Amino acid sequence: MVDPTSGSWPVTADADVVHVRRSVRALAVDAGLGLVGQTKLVTAASELARNIVEHAGGGRVRARLLSQGGRRGVEVVFEDDGPGIDDVELALTDGHTSGRGLGLGLGGARRLTDVFELETEPGAGTRVRVVRWA
Amino acid sequence: MIESSPISIVEIGGTLVATVGGSLDDAAALRFQSDLAERVAGTQAGGVVIDLSAVEIVDSFIGRVLADLSAVARLLGARVIVAGIQPAVAITLVELGLTLSGIETALDTEQGLARLGIRIDG
Repeated sequence: MVDPTSGSWPVTADADVVHVRRSVRALAVDAGLGLVGQTKLVTAASELARNIVEHAGGGRVRARLLSQGGRRGVEVVFEDDGPGIDDVELALTDGHTSGRGLGLGLGGARRLTDVFELETEPGAGTRVRVVRWA
Repeated sequence: MIESSPISIVEIGGTLVATVGGSLDDAAALRFQSDLAERVAGTQAGGVVIDLSAVEIVDSFIGRVLADLSAVARLLGARVIVAGIQPAVAITLVELGLTLSGIETALDTEQGLARLGIRIDG
């Protein structure tokens, strides 16, 4: 084991998505998130990691424990150098999909987390940062 | 890390019981969908209970696979009951926007089998 309070993983295939889920779950347990909070964060991470595989062909996921003013949480950052998102509002709309899913991934991930920040530029990739507090 | 096959399918009195293990990747979920369809057709099962009690997350992709395989099994003449969804998973699914409204559910496998007219305690 390296540093158990943070991690960084390349994501290029389905199996990597499962690894991200498991790693984020471990951090969520360490941060003291309850079972529902853990499940919401892991589900959001699964959606966002899959987006990287599906839309960008690969990227990176980083996660770490946060401690702020006595509360603890987990931050997860999803980065890719893919095509970016042309219309962010549209992409966040439930039911809109450009892939094989249901179009719930981005909007769903936003609802499942306490902090959701998305930066994207067409042609230059996408970065999504989420936080869920215990 | 190599994981053991996360899904087993057994037949109990003309009904299939599929038990899904902890971590399901997308490829395994799709394989499950086709395996189950073949087993339903091959056994002419009238019902299928899918036990999700060991599943810790259902995201939108896995949710879609569950909806699709229920529809496929129905077309093959089988009634599908999804059993044992964990409370945290159910709460998350609803917030995600996935209510699986077309899928029949039961609290656990025993209740699912009972709906199909099968009692395991005799």
